Amino acid sequence: MAEFIAYLIAGIATGAIYALAAIGFTLVWQTSQTINFAQGEFVMLPAVLILLAVKLFGLPLWAGGLIGIAVFLLIFGAGFKLVVVDPMIKHGVLPLAIATMALSIIMKEGAKDGFSAEAQSFPSLVPTDMVNLLGISISLQHLAIIVVAFAAIGLLQWFVGGTKLGRQMQATAQNPTVARILGIPVERMVLLTFLLNAALAVVASLLISPIYLAKFSNGETIGLFAFIAAIVGGFNQVRGALVGGILIGVADSLAAAYISTQYRLAVPLVLLVAIILVKPEGLMGRKEERRV
Amino acid sequence: MSAPALQDAAASPPRAARRIDAALVALILGAVILWFAPVGMGRYGTYVLSLWLVMSIGVMGLNLTLGYAGQTSLAQAAFMGLGAYATAILTTKFGVSWYAAFGISGLLTFAVGLLLGFPALRVRTHYLAFVTLAFSTLVWLVLRNEQWLTGGTFGISNINRPEFFGIKLFGALEFHRFVVVVTLILSLALWWLIRSPWGRAFTALRENPVRAASLGIDTRAYTLLAFAIGSAYGGFAGALYAPLVEFIDPSPFALSQSFSLLLMVVAGGAGYLFGPFIGALLGVVLPEWLRFAGSLYLILFAAIVLALLVVCPQGVSGLAERGWNVLRRKSGGAR
Amino acid sequence: MSSVLEVHDLHKAFGGIKAVNGVSFSVNEGEILGIIGPNGCGKSTLFNCILGQLEPTQGAVKLDGRDVTNMRPSALNRLGVSRTFQLLQVFPELSVRENLILAGQEHQGSMLGRLFGARDAGLSEKAEQMIGFFKLGHLTDAKAGGLSYGQQKLLDAAMAFMAGPRLVLLDEPAGGVNLTMLGDLKERLRAINAEQGATFVVIEHNMDFVMSLCTRVIVLAEGRMLAEGTPAEVRANPAVIEAYLGH
Repeated sequence: MAEFIAYLIAGIATGAIYALAAIGFTLVWQTSQTINFAQGEFVMLPAVLILLAVKLFGLPLWAGGLIGIAVFLLIFGAGFKLVVVDPMIKHGVLPLAIATMALSIIMKEGAKDGFSAEAQSFPSLVPTDMVNLLGISISLQHLAIIVVAFAAIGLLQWFVGGTKLGRQMQATAQNPTVARILGIPVERMVLLTFLLNAALAVVASLLISPIYLAKFSNGETIGLFAFIAAIVGGFNQVRGALVGGILIGVADSLAAAYISTQYRLAVPLVLLVAIILVKPEGLMGRKEERRV
Repeated sequence: MSAPALQDAAASPPRAARRIDAALVALILGAVILWFAPVGMGRYGTYVLSLWLVMSIGVMGLNLTLGYAGQTSLAQAAFMGLGAYATAILTTKFGVSWYAAFGISGLLTFAVGLLLGFPALRVRTHYLAFVTLAFSTLVWLVLRNEQWLTGGTFGISNINRPEFFGIKLFGALEFHRFVVVVTLILSLALWWLIRSPWGRAFTALRENPVRAASLGIDTRAYTLLAFAIGSAYGGFAGALYAPLVEFIDPSPFALSQSFSLLLMVVAGGAGYLFGPFIGALLGVVLPEWLRFAGSLYLILFAAIVLALLVVCPQGVSGLAERGWNVLRRKSGGAR
Repeated sequence: MSSVLEVHDLHKAFGGIKAVNGVSFSVNEGEILGIIGPNGCGKSTLFNCILGQLEPTQGAVKLDGRDVTNMRPSALNRLGVSRTFQLLQVFPELSVRENLILAGQEHQGSMLGRLFGARDAGLSEKAEQMIGFFKLGHLTDAKAGGLSYGQQKLLDAAMAFMAGPRLVLLDEPAGGVNLTMLGDLKERLRAINAEQGATFVVIEHNMDFVMSLCTRVIVLAEGRMLAEGTPAEVRANPAVIEAYLGH
């Protein structure tokens, strides 16, 4: 039982990280019809950039961190929108989706060539000790991840629901045309979601890299799980992405412990197929109007 | 009716007919050139040429799915893997002839395509991308983990090349010529498919699915068929790939390879018959000949595709068409 | 007279907005029924619900007495129900002839038959007829995307008739068409109606067009039926006059 709870908490912790990536993915999808197939690489890269800044300029970690994060937000928040999405969206959703695949290759291979083909350790922001709670030993790191991730999501929810800027952003996500009529600066709101997406990716990266190390190929699994979380939870909902992320994290953690380490990846995939067959709009999603 | 209009009407049918024949002639001519091309090229050069054609078949299938039916499949490399492993296992472990294994690979991937596509397309079109993404990962897991069947990371070696009516095709040149013939047959089949009413329906559902449905076109069935046939081409490509390289392991069939194949479709020109050959040339042959470090070339290739998507989403074929139109207009003006 | 299409108490709500709010009518064989009403009165939504494009919240649609509510548009079309859209919907990359063949091919033979059969599905002759009938003769091999707006509109209508439908729903066929062509279009529709006994339901804003073409007219306002009758009766109906003048 104690073991089970420990796995459960580990699952919730990684699941919360997938949820961060899934929320960003959903936000960007809603406001600009961008299916970002580079989402996993978005989570992989900030840690790599930070380590690179530390290595190249011999900076202390905090300074390297600031530079890495700033560069990432600039290029993959604002730059991504202005250079990739804006000129491409007029060609339609499909070319844009393929463009993000090209971007994912560039990011991944770039991290491999420009940084390292090997996994590098990334410092944890909290002690990695175990604490004993009611006879169950729990990793302090996992607890910290849960706290930070949920704080970030809570902050986002407050921003979206409780501030004028956030409500404008939400209106843009729900219906850009109406938002434009209401006088909301739609372009700026879209840019804001891209920045938020990048910021969420940074948080996810800082949380996950101490556990899985910083490696160019990390994005594949993270991205896959983020997509699955978004679909399982319901494509149109921040809440859905959160529920989906936690579910995938827990399923993955329990599968690794009790089923097979080789096929742990398969369990979320099965979950995805089950959802598509049984409740395609996702657990929290609303049914969409049929068109064809 | 005015005279120019009449002239137009009289001139256009033969022009259309000529253009269609041009595609056919180009295919056959290309095959003849490729039949003789590797003479004096050496083993490696011949191998690269064959590899180009094999990859072109895989890209061709994906071009049907993406370029003609407007669907994203992220599992084309996985389908190639299914074909390659099915062929390798059947020929090395069960003594099945390559020809039977080739047919089985195509049927298997066609069936798997139907199975995957059916639930995905029931919902919304984007879902095919995610379902194939998941499938791609699943295939890779099975290839790597089921050692008893696939040899795991060690793969399967000593895959024999087929015979052709008693002629052994073990040499690079002989096998290359065999690949040329198979590629020609598959290209002709696709050329014919695209000209059939099915091809017309594929185009219609890419251009305007709502209108297509209102004209009785079962958009779901046609999308599913385009995807399944495209997947079968992946299986055929895999069935040729295995004896070409004579040793297979899971790495060329990973998800990232499926991404690359999609980029090749776009680079060559989605929806153009000859696009896949151009795409595979850029994506596979060029880095081999230029002896580029793998990942550096990938970055360059992806960046080129990204730029193409901004400037001309129709890829190199689209660029060529644009250039051709400009030239024609200029010469027309000078006349 | 037998009714081809029956609509029973059809409702469609988007969120809280009731776009169609309890509409019932039937269309008799060989009739040309007009549906008019101010913008946003639910005409197009009504069409989309009848044709399976949208799922009605409530109500039923019957074709020859058979329930076809929620049937997929492609299946409905193969039962002989055809339509045009408010906005132009031709396939710009295909030639005029190819557009027409496309519009008819799914009514010919089986799926496999289409794959292995003739490239034109045996429809070239029929397409030529349609092209002649709609006076597009000089444009047979031109790409549909290169045609003028009026010509595309004619092609759009021709496509709807290609498979010899029994029932055709036309969504604003006269929109954006110039006067000469409008006369042409009306004449073509009348001819098809008379010669092939095809039944029409027409949504239209152009009053002259509706009143001179249709045998019966239904007036919709705010998702409900306001009036029904011959063109003359509807024109004289005080409620209709008020609804139109009020807007």
